[in-house]
Amino acid sequence: MLHIYCPYCEEHREEEEFHAKGEAHIARPADPDNTTDTEWGDYLYFRKNPRGLHHEMWVHALGCRKFFNVTRHTVTYEILETYKMGEQPTQGADA
Amino acid sequence: MQRYSGFGLVKHALDHHENWQRIWRNPKPKDHYDVIIVGGGGHGLATAYYLAKEHGITNVAVIEKGFLGGGNTGRNTTIVRSNYLWDEAAHLYEHAMKLWEGLSQDLNYNVMFSQRGVLNLGHNLQDMRDIQRRVNANRLNGIDSEVLDTQGVQEIVPHMDCSPNTRYPVLGASWQPRAGVARHDAVAWGFARAADAMGVDLIQQTEVVDLIVEDGGIVGVETKQHGTIKAGKVGCVVAGNSGVLAKMGGFRLPLESHPLQALVSEPIKPILDTVVMSNAVHGYVSQSDKGDLVIGAGIDGYNGYGQRGSYPTIEHTLQAIVELFPIFSRVRMNRQWGGIVDTCPDACPILSKTPVENLFFNCGWGTGGFKATPGSGHVFAASLAKGEMHPLAAPFSIDRFHTGALVDEHGAAGVAH
Ligand SMILES: Cc1cc2nc3c(=O)[nH]c(=O)nc-3n(C[C@H](O)[C@H](O)[C@H](O)COP(=O)(O)OP(=O)(O)OC[C@H]3O[C@@H](n4cnc5c(N)ncnc54)[C@H](O)[C@@H]3O)c2cc1C
Ligand SMILES: [Zn+2]
Repeated sequence: MLHIYCPYCEEHREEEEFHAKGEAHIARPADPDNTTDTEWGDYLYFRKNPRGLHHEMWVHALGCRKFFNVTRHTVTYEILETYKMGEQPTQGADA
Repeated sequence: MQRYSGFGLVKHALDHHENWQRIWRNPKPKDHYDVIIVGGGGHGLATAYYLAKEHGITNVAVIEKGFLGGGNTGRNTTIVRSNYLWDEAAHLYEHAMKLWEGLSQDLNYNVMFSQRGVLNLGHNLQDMRDIQRRVNANRLNGIDSEVLDTQGVQEIVPHMDCSPNTRYPVLGASWQPRAGVARHDAVAWGFARAADAMGVDLIQQTEVVDLIVEDGGIVGVETKQHGTIKAGKVGCVVAGNSGVLAKMGGFRLPLESHPLQALVSEPIKPILDTVVMSNAVHGYVSQSDKGDLVIGAGIDGYNGYGQRGSYPTIEHTLQAIVELFPIFSRVRMNRQWGGIVDTCPDACPILSKTPVENLFFNCGWGTGGFKATPGSGHVFAASLAKGEMHPLAAPFSIDRFHTGALVDEHGAAGVAH
């Protein structure tokens, strides 16, 4: 069971209170009407899916209900840091 | 290859079963192969088998980083069915089903394919409407499929709680009588043995660490244990690690890798002679020939390559099973494990060419590819042999994530299995 620190509640809580929401820091194309099919498909479906460090979004669904970001290792599952939306990670991800 | 038969069994009994031939060789890799298959799971081994058998291409190696069938093939809960909604998927899975029906004879290896039927339960009116739609679609595609009401379900599974007092009453089910289960290890071993007999080299304990690309085309693979091995064509069939291999080739796939867990109970006397699945309470169960209940449910929500998952997922799975079968509440669980499944946005596989010439991928089977093993190998082998995707594989190209022609099977894929 993962033990996750919510940066808004400022507490560690059990995994059961959270939901994983996929890769973090994906920017929606600024001008959707003028993106190519390739750009739009990449935005919708293609993910880094790294074997190693990953930046991902989680939501504290049964707590404050806020979204935040996590840097986590996808093999050991170790969580290196959590940080608020809009903030930047201190640890790089494996591409 | 020594053929297996009842007579052979008697003959070997006379010398105390000490003279059975090893079921495959353990060759040193050659410098060059016509085709290299990366990944020795069921799909990779089936591909090699059909390459040799149907296309006469025998200068083939299957390169596996661990042992044959040690990935998802040996970790899955072995449900086989073909009642998918959309034509593209239904045709592919039904193609596999037809091959399953003759597979033990074809391989001269008992894969213990048991057509004990599969029930997909409906617990509310919308479930039942979706089931009716899917069953009608199946029938138009020539796939055996029926809608059952509560009583029909209760007759097939007398021990299930079908009373109206449950929290999620069973209103009915779709029923595919030709569906069932097979023995996962035997499928890997049967394909491996038959492929080896035709000259395919099975190279175990050898990890591919790079794909060698020259002038936009694949020329070989770099391995950790045996250095460079050259190839005319390469097919990657590595399930949860597909993204890692794609990165070596310099492109991305629309896949995410997740842990998927399963459990088996202590062996008990025969109590369940079919397969029960429920999307709504989210769990499924069958009973193996050894007597253990084989149980599974959903993926862990986060990305993971760790071949293990979280306890909450196990708890939810067992809650679902006990909801359906209160009688199982005191059965003890024996073992639990996880595999890494490569989930695709439309719950359908990817069988495709790639941006690298002569490099092909067969992946994205996610939580439900065991059932497709022979069909997947069959059409992928044809695609590798001809250099053009087989008609049944063509709708599953990577391009669909840019053209928008997805094949949305989330309904039929349902509970992850
Ligand atoms: C718990 C669980 C339950 C499931 N239940 C069902 C079910 O009931 N019905 C169903 O239809 N499907 C089910 N599935 C899905 C099914 O198991 C898979 O879709 C299918 O087995 C995939 O087969 P494969 O041969 O493609 O992959 P695998 O069997 O995973 O084979 C891939 C192989 O590639 C190897 N590999 C990876 N990277 C490298 C490398 N760099 N170099 C060399 N080798 C490499 C791996 O070691 C592995 O052996 C389940 C999966 C799991 C995990
Ligand atoms: Zn919180």
